[in-house]
Amino acid sequence: MTKAIQATGVNKWFGEGEAKTVALRDVALEAEFGEMVYIVGPSGSGKTTLLSVLSGILRPNSGNISVEGVDIWSLSADQLADFRLNKIGFVFQDYHLFPRLNTAENAAIPLILKKRDWDESMREAAKYLDIVGLKGRADLPPVKLSGGEQQRVAIARAMIGEPDILIMDEPTASLDGDTGHAILKFVHKNILNPNRCIVVVTHDSRIYEFASRILTMEDGRITGTRAA
Amino acid sequence: MKGILKLAYKLLVNDRAKFTALLVGITFAVFLMMFVTSMFIGVLNHASATVINIGASIWVMDPAVQTITNSIGMPDYVLDAVRSMHGVKYAVPLYSGGALVKLPDGTYQSVTVVGLDDTTLFGRPQLIQGNIRDIYAENGFIAVKDSEFSKLENPHLGSEFELNDHRGVIVGIATVTTAGLYGLPTLYTTYERAVQYIPNPRYTLSNVLVEPKSPQDIDRIKQQVAALGYLALTKDEFIRRTADFYVYQTGGGTNLLIMTVISFVVGLSISGQTFYTFILENLERFGALKAIGTKNRDLVGMILFQAAFTAMTGYGLGVGLCTLLICLARLRLASYAAMESYVNLLLAFGMVLIITGVSSYAGVRRVLQIEPFDIFRG
Repeated sequence: MTKAIQATGVNKWFGEGEAKTVALRDVALEAEFGEMVYIVGPSGSGKTTLLSVLSGILRPNSGNISVEGVDIWSLSADQLADFRLNKIGFVFQDYHLFPRLNTAENAAIPLILKKRDWDESMREAAKYLDIVGLKGRADLPPVKLSGGEQQRVAIARAMIGEPDILIMDEPTASLDGDTGHAILKFVHKNILNPNRCIVVVTHDSRIYEFASRILTMEDGRITGTRAA
Repeated sequence: MKGILKLAYKLLVNDRAKFTALLVGITFAVFLMMFVTSMFIGVLNHASATVINIGASIWVMDPAVQTITNSIGMPDYVLDAVRSMHGVKYAVPLYSGGALVKLPDGTYQSVTVVGLDDTTLFGRPQLIQGNIRDIYAENGFIAVKDSEFSKLENPHLGSEFELNDHRGVIVGIATVTTAGLYGLPTLYTTYERAVQYIPNPRYTLSNVLVEPKSPQDIDRIKQQVAALGYLALTKDEFIRRTADFYVYQTGGGTNLLIMTVISFVVGLSISGQTFYTFILENLERFGALKAIGTKNRDLVGMILFQAAFTAMTGYGLGVGLCTLLICLARLRLASYAAMESYVNLLLAFGMVLIITGVSSYAGVRRVLQIEPFDIFRG
């Protein structure tokens, strides 16, 4: 069966000569559909770089990365953008919601980028807001929502395109403990399914209980793998 | 509207403070430029009022003449010489000059007097009252009903005045296409009466108006007039010469240029800075859009749409405001010397395009430079 994500021999460095900083050293990993894989480790260990490389945002210096069997770094820039739009959902640490758009418009952005009809996109967004527990909040601007609610909007935005891969970057970093726990519990219960793989970068050990596997990174290497 | 453009539109207009600032900047710049150039075009148009109203094809004048208002008298033989030239269908004399009339209440009023060829009355205005033949009656004058008409105490047929101790009688009320520039009422009479009533230097012939037999004869006539030591210009050339005088020899052109540059700088600085700030504030979110899967060309399209929408709205408001102000001024002063033409409309449009281009260029550069990885890195 095709792996959700398969990476081998991935190296990434920034700068040249004396200024050269190695972020990833010969990284290899696999993630299956139906898994919720956590990448943990201290700051500067390369978690975010690995997440960016795996999701087609940052080109590695060497190595192979396949997402759903597609060698993503052999795609052109436009093909890669389309691949991300159709196959990968992103939940950012700071949500990155547009404050001048309402909740539904924020959630509908991936559908709008896919050139779907505006009204149809809004209806779909309302449905996903309902799923993430924000029924009746579609017309509110993000600033009127709490941090946890904004994170739910970000999740709705990531899920509205029905991606097979969900990338979550420090999803609890801006939330209090209880809210963060509740959000990941929700994701584990309602978003994770046998046809979807979720990769989470986090420092927050309170949410480890939802992981299928936890990969530990140090100095650009994966130094350990354990089942949660 | 295409979804992504609607998204761009909402991002723009929902940020009301910045959108208002952008609109105010562009509207103000367009308004300033339109109004200044409209006034200047109006002034140029009114400065050539007599040339436009008389409508002759070719004007013969002293080479030192720059505008119709500073005519230099030519000897009478010039008229005969022009009439005998090859290619001339007909040629008639014209008197144009200033005079002082004494009104019935005893006050004095400066006027422009136009003396038409006695035989043909070539260049006569369109009468709205009276009969053109009455201009041949004793002391007959035709008053032009324009915004300066009231300065003659709103005369009617039969109204009298004095001109250089000569009695004058209004025998007709006329209308003309273009009012004069200097705020003086205009009186039409015959050439002979004009030179008889108004104190003149030795030579009285202001212009010779010429009709060529065919358009091909125009250059030939010009050469023959030049050989005589005088200057022949077509109607359009005379209007252009008048405009050139005001543009290059009165400081008007420099003032126009300064005002245009100021309005451009004001518009560019307000809208450029505001638009750039708008992009900077949303830069991370544009980066997030890139990460999600937006292509660079879509982002550039969004920014250009936002800039173009603001520019066109500001352009429309600026032109509308200028038009409104000119219309309001004309309610008060019918011959208000300001007019919009395709020249200043295009000029303002070009200026707005440059402002839009420069403003969006900086924003587009920043958006293209931002890497989605920066969004993850924080």
